[in-house]
Amino acid sequence: MESLDLLWGGLEAAFTFENLLWACIGVLLGTFVGVLPGIGPAMTVALLLPVTYGLEPAQAFIMFAGIYYGAMYGGSTTSILLNTPGESSSVMTAIEGNKMAKRGRAAQALATAAIGSFIAGTIGTMLVVFLAPWLAEIAVEIGAPSYLAVTVLAMVLVTSVLGSSRLRGFIALFLGLTIGLVGLDLSTAQSRLSFGNPLLADRIDIVVVAVGVFALGEALWVAAHLRRKPLEISSVGGRPWLAGDDLRRSWGPWLRGTALGFPFGAVPAGGAETPTFLSYVTERKLAGADSEFGKGAIEGVAGPEAANNASAAGTFVPLLALGLPVTATASIMLAAFQSYGIEPGPQLMTDHSDLVWTLLASLLIGNTLLLLLNLPLAPLWAKLLRTPRPYLYAGILFFASLGAYAANLRAFDLMLLLVFGALGFMMRRFALPVLPLILGVILGPLMELKFREALSISDGEASGLVNEPLAVIVYVIVALAVAVPAVLSLVRRPQAADPDKEKELVS
Amino acid sequence: MTTGSRTRGVLIAVVLALAATLASGCGVTRGDQDDDLAMWIPNSPGGGYDQTGRAAVGVMERDDVIDGSFEVTNIIGGGGSVAMSRLMNAEGDGTLMMTVGLGVVGATYSLGLEQRPHHATPLAQLIEDQEGVLVPADSPYQTIDDFLDAWKQDPDGIVLGGGSSPGGPDHLFPMQLAGAIGIDPRDARYVVYDGGGPLTSALLGKKIDVGFSGVGEFEGQIEAGELRVLAVSGEERLTGESVKDVPTLTESGVDLVFTNWRGVLAPPGISEERREELIALLAEMHDSPEWQQALEDNGWIDAFRTGDEFTRFLEEQDERVATTLEELGLL
Repeated sequence: MESLDLLWGGLEAAFTFENLLWACIGVLLGTFVGVLPGIGPAMTVALLLPVTYGLEPAQAFIMFAGIYYGAMYGGSTTSILLNTPGESSSVMTAIEGNKMAKRGRAAQALATAAIGSFIAGTIGTMLVVFLAPWLAEIAVEIGAPSYLAVTVLAMVLVTSVLGSSRLRGFIALFLGLTIGLVGLDLSTAQSRLSFGNPLLADRIDIVVVAVGVFALGEALWVAAHLRRKPLEISSVGGRPWLAGDDLRRSWGPWLRGTALGFPFGAVPAGGAETPTFLSYVTERKLAGADSEFGKGAIEGVAGPEAANNASAAGTFVPLLALGLPVTATASIMLAAFQSYGIEPGPQLMTDHSDLVWTLLASLLIGNTLLLLLNLPLAPLWAKLLRTPRPYLYAGILFFASLGAYAANLRAFDLMLLLVFGALGFMMRRFALPVLPLILGVILGPLMELKFREALSISDGEASGLVNEPLAVIVYVIVALAVAVPAVLSLVRRPQAADPDKEKELVS
Repeated sequence: MTTGSRTRGVLIAVVLALAATLASGCGVTRGDQDDDLAMWIPNSPGGGYDQTGRAAVGVMERDDVIDGSFEVTNIIGGGGSVAMSRLMNAEGDGTLMMTVGLGVVGATYSLGLEQRPHHATPLAQLIEDQEGVLVPADSPYQTIDDFLDAWKQDPDGIVLGGGSSPGGPDHLFPMQLAGAIGIDPRDARYVVYDGGGPLTSALLGKKIDVGFSGVGEFEGQIEAGELRVLAVSGEERLTGESVKDVPTLTESGVDLVFTNWRGVLAPPGISEERREELIALLAEMHDSPEWQQALEDNGWIDAFRTGDEFTRFLEEQDERVATTLEELGLL
């Protein structure tokens, strides 16, 4: 195994006491900056990159890897504890993660996130080590039609998270799709729903929507009921570690999340939003009707977190093999590599193989250190939630506003945040589920973009939507996903005594 | 989602603070209030405007061209039109500059703004960037003529792509090219990609036939022989090792020179005297060896013109954008 030897060489080069010290510093810095709301991994890496400039390439890499993984993990921490995701890829983590935290299981949520990230990151990095050049070749073949098919699949799956009332679920979904329409249409540069306001032309940042609807909406809701409802005391149940049962429930989601996330990262323009969502829905489906989902299921944290990190590892495939940055974080990394003297591109693997292997080895080390440093910290972070409720929510409001403002440094986003906070409040008042809304905002624009790209390539011919094998395969899966439950429910109809149960089957 | 927009404006502040405290260990020194200047960047950190603006400010600060501090702020929104409207509202502010470029002109049209760059106080054009006509290595088009002939024969059969939405440089270039060789731009099939990365993968995966974009971003792929540049859009050939043999369009008999340029504006209503002072600052910056080095490092073409000459250039560019968009029925 030539790759393994080379990786070993890289590990040897990276594995010195001094290097490990730099990695530790990187992990801690990355975590602490990443924890700040509104500052996602891309931002954290950009902020801390200059810190690595004075170092030797190997040291710089290893510190960089620490910062990178620390930043990723820091983002999940705020999602879980404060319901304020720092970027779109950790939105799905917030959904079950924050519910777990409220039930006093924050430490477990953080632990499953950390271990899941570690496993996904490690498997992902190993896949990059062995398969990058080969994968990169396949990845560019996957175009708009295939991607559109996957978003169609995701859309079909959304119907399974509409909640108990179909009508309310669809209202929320269409609200989300409408919010996704706001701004300049990329294909024609025409404004839509922006009411002549150029500040709305750039589309509404998903983070502002998520933080507004999740965190602000909830803070308003709690404030509105503070006097009428007794204080809920979240009991810290069991040990603050992953107990046997949690571990058993996390394994599957970790591995499935990794399997979903990595290919999306490897495909140019794949992103982390779709795989984290697919992972969430998969786990929800697999958990069955009487699971903890909706009340804080550990599977709903483990899966998306693994998917997110595997996707992040996957972005190294186009980055290293093709020199293509496919996410904001990746474009910052590209700039970083250039400052270390690595010119990513087709020849990178041959021209600078020693540096590449050091980098990959550093990623493995950074990932491991993250786990070692952050697992013990999880219970400490979790204690944050014992803050009395008025102070806690005041803090959440402060951080939510800071995050929304930090995103683009403009006061207008604070207005948007308030609007979405009010929307979140009203949705709770009228029992509209927030999940379909968020998915509408994420999936709507993606789906439209790929649909129009495919059609403009084929000049409007409908055949252009199915001219890739992968697209056809995915559509077959979509057809099965729609038809099988329908047929099953038809077959079982005579026996179905409980109408609620039947509803579950149809979905 | 808008992945590109996730790099942030806070960057500047924190990077400066970090750099100041961690690297040198000293605080930020501030000069006289009157000497302090501000530079607005009409787009996100890391983009073309940002690189140009920051390079210029960096040179001016390092060379002590200015006495006070020079603060850089990214004003993101509407492809530059948010910054543009704010500049127009800062009437008479003699301490403010803003980076501007072809993309901002297009954005003001897309968003239906009345204010255009030449309505502010044009100070100087700094650089030019050439666009290239790119094909994958195994494309049947070996030369620009191969492609142009095929395109003329079957205007709507060839799929073009670029990294900017209508009104942006990568879109205006093929549309003006179509016009120059007698194709109705409305027949051209242009697919929008969200920047250079997705465009490259579409080319490598042969989803589109021909790509139009700034050449600099694709150097790696060009050097590796995975992409081929058929022609560049400027007046003269580029000097880079991998692209110096690529002909210009005019050499190939097409009457079109197209450049993506960047320059600096001041708000409207500043005094003529102040305008001269600011232009002098930029001229001093332009003459420094550091700036020449920055040009070389970034692969930019030196294209310095100041004052009224720059104003006339802006007016002419504005008209060209308007004409192209009108022909396409996008206005």
